[in-house]
Amino acid sequence: MIQEIAIRLNGEVRRAAVAPNETLLDVLRGKFGVKTPKEGCGRGDCGACTVLLDGKAVRSCLILAIEVDGQSVVTLEGVGRDKPTALQKAFVKNNVFQCGFCAPGMILSSAALLAENPQPTEHEVREALAGNLCRCTGYEPIVQTVLAVAKKSAKKKPAARRARS
Amino acid sequence: MSKTKIVGNSSVRVDGLAKVTGAAQYVDDLDFGPGLLHAVVVESTRAHAKLKKVDVSAAAKAPGVVRVVTGKDFPYMFGLYMQDRYIFAQDRVRFVGEQIAAVVAETPEAALRAAKLVKVDYEELPAVLSLADALKKDAVLIHPHLDRYNKVPWFFPRAGTNIAHWRKTRKGDVEKGFQQADFILEDVYTVPRYAHCPIETHAVTGLFDLSGRLTLWASSQSPFAQRNVMATALKPFGLTHKDIRIVTPYVGGGFGGKAGVSMEIIAAVLAIAMKGRPVKLNWTREQEFMNTSQRQGVIARVKMGVKKTGQIVALEHTLHWDAGASAEYGANVVNAVGLSATGPYRVPNVKIDSVCVYTNMPPCGAYRGFGYSEFHFGLESHITRVAQAIGMDPVKFRRLNAIQEGDVLAYGAHMNPGDLRGAIDRVAKEIRWGKKEKAKPGKAVGKSLACFWKAPAMPPNASSAAFLKFNEDGSLNLTVSGMEIGQGFLTVMAQCAAEVLTVPVEKIRVETPDTDRNPYEWQTVGSHVTWSCGNAVRAAAEEVKTKLLATVARAKGLKAEDLYLADECVKSRQDKKFALPFRSFVIDGIMRPNGNFIGGPIQGTGMFMPEFTSALGDPETSQGGHPNVHYTVGCAGAIVEVDKETGKLTVLKTALAVDAGKAINPELVDGQIVGGIVQGLATALYEDIRYGANGRLLNPNFTDYKIPTALDCPGEIVPIILETAQPDGPFGARGVGEHTMVACAPMIADAIADAVGVRLKTMPLTAEKVALALRGIDYETVKGDSLGFCFRGRPCDYPFAVGGAK
Repeated sequence: MIQEIAIRLNGEVRRAAVAPNETLLDVLRGKFGVKTPKEGCGRGDCGACTVLLDGKAVRSCLILAIEVDGQSVVTLEGVGRDKPTALQKAFVKNNVFQCGFCAPGMILSSAALLAENPQPTEHEVREALAGNLCRCTGYEPIVQTVLAVAKKSAKKKPAARRARS
Repeated sequence: MSKTKIVGNSSVRVDGLAKVTGAAQYVDDLDFGPGLLHAVVVESTRAHAKLKKVDVSAAAKAPGVVRVVTGKDFPYMFGLYMQDRYIFAQDRVRFVGEQIAAVVAETPEAALRAAKLVKVDYEELPAVLSLADALKKDAVLIHPHLDRYNKVPWFFPRAGTNIAHWRKTRKGDVEKGFQQADFILEDVYTVPRYAHCPIETHAVTGLFDLSGRLTLWASSQSPFAQRNVMATALKPFGLTHKDIRIVTPYVGGGFGGKAGVSMEIIAAVLAIAMKGRPVKLNWTREQEFMNTSQRQGVIARVKMGVKKTGQIVALEHTLHWDAGASAEYGANVVNAVGLSATGPYRVPNVKIDSVCVYTNMPPCGAYRGFGYSEFHFGLESHITRVAQAIGMDPVKFRRLNAIQEGDVLAYGAHMNPGDLRGAIDRVAKEIRWGKKEKAKPGKAVGKSLACFWKAPAMPPNASSAAFLKFNEDGSLNLTVSGMEIGQGFLTVMAQCAAEVLTVPVEKIRVETPDTDRNPYEWQTVGSHVTWSCGNAVRAAAEEVKTKLLATVARAKGLKAEDLYLADECVKSRQDKKFALPFRSFVIDGIMRPNGNFIGGPIQGTGMFMPEFTSALGDPETSQGGHPNVHYTVGCAGAIVEVDKETGKLTVLKTALAVDAGKAINPELVDGQIVGGIVQGLATALYEDIRYGANGRLLNPNFTDYKIPTALDCPGEIVPIILETAQPDGPFGARGVGEHTMVACAPMIADAIADAVGVRLKTMPLTAEKVALALRGIDYETVKGDSLGFCFRGRPCDYPFAVGGAK
């Protein structure tokens, strides 16, 4: 039973006819041509398929596409399209990623964390990224960079407020 | 060595922005349009059986199916070092998971449904699931035609046995050495199989176009080796090297698992079967575990003799490897260990037997460390025990016996430069060696230090090449065929070219391989590409430099020897004001007063082959050849907390020092150290592969086969880089990528022993084993029958001199 769904994908409304057993990951990659969510395990273990669903980091391989009808989905394609975000810039500057296959998921999980908790502790960062497997980096540079970006944004914010007032 | 400006800096990765924006494409991200077909493979459910009948009739009629292919369609063998692997199983299957047939369909779902309709009739054969069974006198032969297989000249398979290769190394007189020893210790260590676990599984799309040319888009560390293996195996289709093209976009992790050829050749023949339409074959995570390659399991007996004063006088090291159903790559791992299993120590009398044994388990091959992690576990554990037995501090013992430049190696050649003692000193200081740490209630804290070395294992004629060409604006394109598997290869190559040409790294685009367009590279394995391809890039840049100087000299009537490169210009020592920017002439040339132009597009090529190596050592002793180009040395240390009740291990701190010769990009070397330590700790602490008694892998997924998450990392990791130049390396560099995980397992075993006095000799070193040992229970007596490799029973009872392995 094919059903049409409409989602707000990276800010644009996209429609697709999907079967009830199609995962969000397959629809994103196969029907919308959005390729940054990767399939690493197909069973929710690795987090390479992470996307933001109404702002929350979720595994798109565990979600059926018909479930997200009417919701907002953000993939890495929708992050820093015009200009890389502070997080992306810091990841580049610190030579954080190696093979880069986990990067889309890591960046989205980090972004979701910082949106909800702008000043996380190291343990909170590790907790938030524990669902995203990386075999190359040993996680250390990823965790430290997320912490550094959080710290920097804390310093910036009061100044920005003063400028506005 | 003259001072460098770009080499030695932590330049930002050339692929950094592509990877954080998602622009970086991996194979499965490429689009092939609506004509794309999808393949699913039918796998053996038996470890060893005759194939009586493969009935594909129901599958062929299933909706969406366009073709079902079996071994009858493609009865060919392949392999990198030895052709002992089948594209599809022929008369028999040799492991659970082996490919028997493949269904090609319009959609992945249709292919999957139809694959389940293929009926396979088996006639069971006795499965060889233990090394002792494989080696006994009347053993069931897994490869009855072993003597007919094509192989490299440095492999010595034994026809009529399950021995795929036996590397023997003999130096001095080991019996005499043991007679001179004041103390001898002999023991057995076991290391199970491990899985690579790149987050990207193997993925290939193949197209055999209507003109008869075959293109494969593959996630691979070895595009040229793949082309060569396929050209050899697929000769019956009239395919020559020029008709095969391998394109490799970014690879989502390799770790050796994407070296050589495994499932890629299935996609190749499916493409041939479906001429004119692209065919995609992606491995599932389960297949990634079961049917690519794994790290071989090994049981090793170490016998070491030492003087009271601490000098090692004799070493006998016997290793039996579980290679699985094919040894086309794994036998070279066995070979590498057979040459190097002394570890980084001076040992005057050596006897090494490294034996590669076929079993009915999934095939094994290259894995980061190439056998060195496996033998270091036993050897380094043993060294600590020997030192303690003679009352010597284990760090002092290692320092005393540490190999140095010029020392005679086990196979007779001489050791290259490398500061192992410096590494030991730095790590000992970092972990406050000798100082007892305070432990929390219920816990004990232990310390350890383990050394490592590793050489690239490669054929003596493994070579690299590079092309470099200028663009109008003075930027450059560099093409190489080393693979960016995450280590930062492309960036380091850009830095090598940038250094010679005085061009910023950002102005060099380095591209991933395409065998049609990029120059030759043997493979990206063995931590050798920085060294080997770096030399080729440097040579290409030197050729470009020569052309830049010659063009300017000719156009301007100057002497080339007065000219030099600086700040993207050709400058003159005679005239300080003279500075001709590259962009002004590298494509369009230089105009003379009469309107003629001198020059033309400037480009350069470079190549490198280690012309001093040879694999022609004596098969009985390994003396006389020069199989390894060089060794990289270093050591790692740890401070580990052990929970005395639960056995839980917490790594509080680790430090690792490696002699990189020259760190072309120190931050990337740090990345290799930190990532390598965590991967090494994973093999020690978490990863626990299990096979059932029928040879079936029980935990082919990340739920049951645990790799570390961000929560499972050490409290502190300190990377230390030493730089004793490698004379034949680019700017003095040698490889470091694999080395960083090699010492991790013995380091943990030693730290546990130091903390709670328990000596674990079987990996992995789980909390369960520690807790059992703390209660006085021998793990070997309670381990059950789901095991990590082809070894049953108690290690101390293993008959090393069984049957064919006498």
